[in-house]
Amino acid sequence: MAGIVSYGAYIPIYRLSGETINKVWGGDVKGERAVANADEDSLTMGLEAARDCLRGIDKNSVDALFFASTTPPYKEKQSASIMAAALDLRDNIIAVDLTDSLRSGTIALKIALDMVKAGSAKKVLVVASDCRIAPPNSSLEPIFGDGAAALLIGEDEIALEVEQSYFLTSEFMDIWRLEYDKLVRTWEERFIREEGYLPHVRKAVNNLLKACNLAPKDLAKAAFYAPDARMHRDMARVLGLDAKTQVQDPLFGKVGNTGAAFALMILGAACEEVKPGDRILLANYGDGADAHVLRATEKIEKIKNKKSVTRNLQSKLILENYGKYIKFRSLMEFEYVPIIEPRTALPELWRHRNWVYRFHGVKCKKCGRVQFPIPKFCIYCQAGSEFFEEIPLSDKKGTLVTFSMDERAWVTDPPNVLAAVALEGGGRFFSQMTDRDVSSLRVGMPMELTFRRIRDALGIHNYFWKCRPARG
Amino acid sequence: MQTSQRLERRVRMRESIKDKVAIVGMGCCRFGERWEADIEDLIKEAALEALEDAGVEIKDIQAIWVGTGRGSQLVATGPPSAIIASSALQTQYIPVTRVENLCCSGQEALRAAAFGIASKCYDLVLAIGVEKLKDTGFGGLGEQYPGKWEPVYGAFGTPPGRFAMAATAYFAKYHLTPQEGKRILAEISVKSHYYGARNPKAHLRREITVEEAMNAPIIAWPLGLYDCCGVTDGASAAVVVPASEARNYRHDYVTIKGFAVATGPGWGKENEDYDFTYSAETEAAARQAYAEAGIKDPRKELDMVELHDCFSIAELFNTESLFLCEHGKYREEFTEKRAYYHDGEMPVNISGGLKSFGHPIGASGCREVYEIYKQIQGKAEEPSRQIKNVRLGLAHNQGGHPGRFVPGIAIIGAP
Repeated sequence: MAGIVSYGAYIPIYRLSGETINKVWGGDVKGERAVANADEDSLTMGLEAARDCLRGIDKNSVDALFFASTTPPYKEKQSASIMAAALDLRDNIIAVDLTDSLRSGTIALKIALDMVKAGSAKKVLVVASDCRIAPPNSSLEPIFGDGAAALLIGEDEIALEVEQSYFLTSEFMDIWRLEYDKLVRTWEERFIREEGYLPHVRKAVNNLLKACNLAPKDLAKAAFYAPDARMHRDMARVLGLDAKTQVQDPLFGKVGNTGAAFALMILGAACEEVKPGDRILLANYGDGADAHVLRATEKIEKIKNKKSVTRNLQSKLILENYGKYIKFRSLMEFEYVPIIEPRTALPELWRHRNWVYRFHGVKCKKCGRVQFPIPKFCIYCQAGSEFFEEIPLSDKKGTLVTFSMDERAWVTDPPNVLAAVALEGGGRFFSQMTDRDVSSLRVGMPMELTFRRIRDALGIHNYFWKCRPARG
Repeated sequence: MQTSQRLERRVRMRESIKDKVAIVGMGCCRFGERWEADIEDLIKEAALEALEDAGVEIKDIQAIWVGTGRGSQLVATGPPSAIIASSALQTQYIPVTRVENLCCSGQEALRAAAFGIASKCYDLVLAIGVEKLKDTGFGGLGEQYPGKWEPVYGAFGTPPGRFAMAATAYFAKYHLTPQEGKRILAEISVKSHYYGARNPKAHLRREITVEEAMNAPIIAWPLGLYDCCGVTDGASAAVVVPASEARNYRHDYVTIKGFAVATGPGWGKENEDYDFTYSAETEAAARQAYAEAGIKDPRKELDMVELHDCFSIAELFNTESLFLCEHGKYREEFTEKRAYYHDGEMPVNISGGLKSFGHPIGASGCREVYEIYKQIQGKAEEPSRQIKNVRLGLAHNQGGHPGRFVPGIAIIGAP
C-alpha cells in the first residue's frame, strides 16, 4: 500500500492586488494574487513547501525527491539536487526534476506511489512549484500566482490512500514557452476551454469514476486544476459537483493559478477539511489530464491541523505598487549603475556546502558553544576544529538582536535589512532579512530561517539562507 | 564588565616605542571631490607639503610606506601597488611599499615608517596615506569586495548598513527611543560640521542644524545622510626621523608616544557575546597604546583625540571604547557636560572628523595625526578651532565594521 503521509504548502508573502493592476492597466480585476519575492523562485518556494511537509518527520527517511515545475531556475543543472542539500537529506537518494508540463506534479505523485509500491523507496517527497510570468497587461496577469506544494509518499502512517488514478496523454497545445521565452504564450481562450480543458478533464474524471464504480455524490471534496475561475466553475458543473459542499476553493482571487503546484496545493487545502473515510477527487490538466480518487484515513487527523494553506493565506504583505512587481520579475530595463561587478566562486560554494546549503553550524565540544558559519577555530575558546561537532540549524527559531535598513544597497527591493539573529539553543546568524514589513521591525522579535536566491553573479544563482520575521 | 575593568586588562609588549621616533614634517592635501586630481596628484600634493614642512627633498628620503585601502578603485582586480607613490614622486629605486589594513591603512603606513626608524635601518622616511574614491561613477564606497565571504555570506553589506546595526543595538541597550538616539547622533554631526566649517582643508564646510540632521534622508536606518562621512579624495603624509635627530629639522617636532593595532578575530557579528554597542578591538588597541605611552587615565592625560567617526554612531561608541567615558554614558558627557567640544574637558574631532573633513580611506589615519601635529604646534589654521595647550593627542583609525574591526591608535605629543 502507498499513500500520502504528509503535505506541505507555501504561498509567498507578497500579494498583488487587482486594484494595483487596475491602476496601471485599467480594467476591473478583483481580489489578489500571490507574488514571489524578488529573492524567490520555484526552487526556493518548493523548498519551503517541502520543509513544511517534512516538519516532525525524520529527514533521513526520505529515499527520493521529485521536483515538479515548469519554471526550474536552470535549464541545465538539476534543481532537486540543490533542494535535497538545502533540505539536508541523505545523499544516497534519487533526485529528479520533472519539468515542462503543468501536470508534472501529479505525474510525480504517480511515479512516487509506484516506487513505494514497487519497494524501491520507502518514502518519496514530491514537490511542485511554479513561478510563471504572464505578459503584463494580459488577461493572465491577474490570474497567475506563485506558490508551491509538497506531498510525502510512503507506506506507513498514510493519511490519504490513493485508491485509483487515471492518466490521459494528449498532444493538445494551449499554453507554452519557447526555450528563451520569459513570458507564456497562449492560444484563444475559447479554443482552450472547448477543445482542451473541459473535454480532457471530463474524460479523465468520468473514466476514473466509472473504473472505481463511484458517482460524483460519493466525493467529499474535489481538488482540481483550472486555467481560471470561470473554467473551474464550469468544470464543477460539468462533473455534477455541488459548488458549495464538494468543490475545494481553487484560491483564484487569493493565490492564483500556481501552475504545476496548483492541484497539489488545493489538495493540501482539502486535507484541512476532510475527515476519516472521506473521498477526495484530485484532477489535473496540461498535455492531457489525470484524475485520482483518494480516501482519508484516521491519520488525516494528524496532519489536518497543520493548516499550511490557511496559515500561508493569512500571513501576507500587499505589494505597495506595480513597480515593485515589475522589479521582482525583472520585467523592465533599469538604470545601469557602474558598481563593482558582483562575483561568485563555485569552489567557494562547494567547499562550504555544508553551511551554505545545509545550514550546518558547529558545536564546540570544549566549551559547548554553537557557531555559524563553520569557523576554523572555536570563536569562543579557540579550540581546534577537531573539537567541532557539526549540527543542523536550519529549523531553529530565533530572535532579532539588532538590525539596520540600508536604503542605498544594490538590492531589488530596498531597504536591504541586515540582521543579527540569536538562534534558539545557541548560535548567531548574521544575515539579510526578507519578507519583512519595515514598519514593524524591533529588536527582540521572533525570527525564522528561509532559503533564498540572494544574488546572481557570473550566470550563477547564488542560493543561501536569510532570516525573516516568524510567519506564524 | 565595567569600563575601568576593561581598561586594566594586561597588555603584552617587549619595549615601548615612546619617544624613539619623531615626526618633523607633515602634509595634507585639500580633501574633497577632487575631479581635477588623480591618485598620483593627491600623493604629490600631500608629500611635497610634508617634505617642505620638514625642510627636506624627495631625494633625501630613504624609504616610503604608502597606505591605501582601494587605491582609485579603477582596477577590477583590486588596489594598486606601491608604484603609485614611486611614480607620483619619481623616487629612484628606493624601497616603496604599499600597506593595507582597510580604513586603518593610513596609520599602518605611519606605523611601518616609525618601525623603520626604530629598527635603525633608516633615518629619514616618508609615510603616505591616500585614496581616490570619486572616479567610480557612484556614491558611497560600494559593497564588500569580492573575497572570502562574498559569494553568499555577508553579501550586500555596505558600510552604512553595517554601522547602523550598532546604532539600533545601542538605542535598544540603553533604552533610547529612535528619536532620542537620532538626536544624540545629530548633535555629534552638528559638532563635526561646526568644526569642519572652520577647517580650510575639510571636505564638508557647511554648518548644519540638529533638525536638518534628524530630518535628512535615511541612508541606512537609523542613520541619515548627515550621520555618514563624506566620500572624499585625499592624501596625507608624514616625514619620520629618529627622535634623537629631530632637532636638526625643527624645534617644534612631535614624538610618537605609543602605537597600537588590534586586529579583531573578525567574528563579532556571529558571536553571541558581542552586542554591537562597542568596539572590542578599539578597547584592545587603547590598552596597548596607553600602556606604551604610560597613560593611566586617558580622559585626564590626553589633551585631544581624533577618532574614527566614519559615522556619527562610530564617534559615539569609539569615544566609549577608548575609555574616554563610561560605556552607556556618552549622552551625559557630550550633550550635558559638553566634554567633547574644543573648549571642553576632552576635545574630540576638532578637525571636523572623518564626518566633515572627509574620509579618503587610506588617508584618514595619517590625516588625524596631521591634525594633532598642527594643534600641538599651535597651527590650527583657523584660531576658533585651536585647542589650548595641546601636548598630548590620540589618533584613532579603524577599518572594518562592528564585529570585524581593525583599529590603529597613535599617541603623539610634544617631546
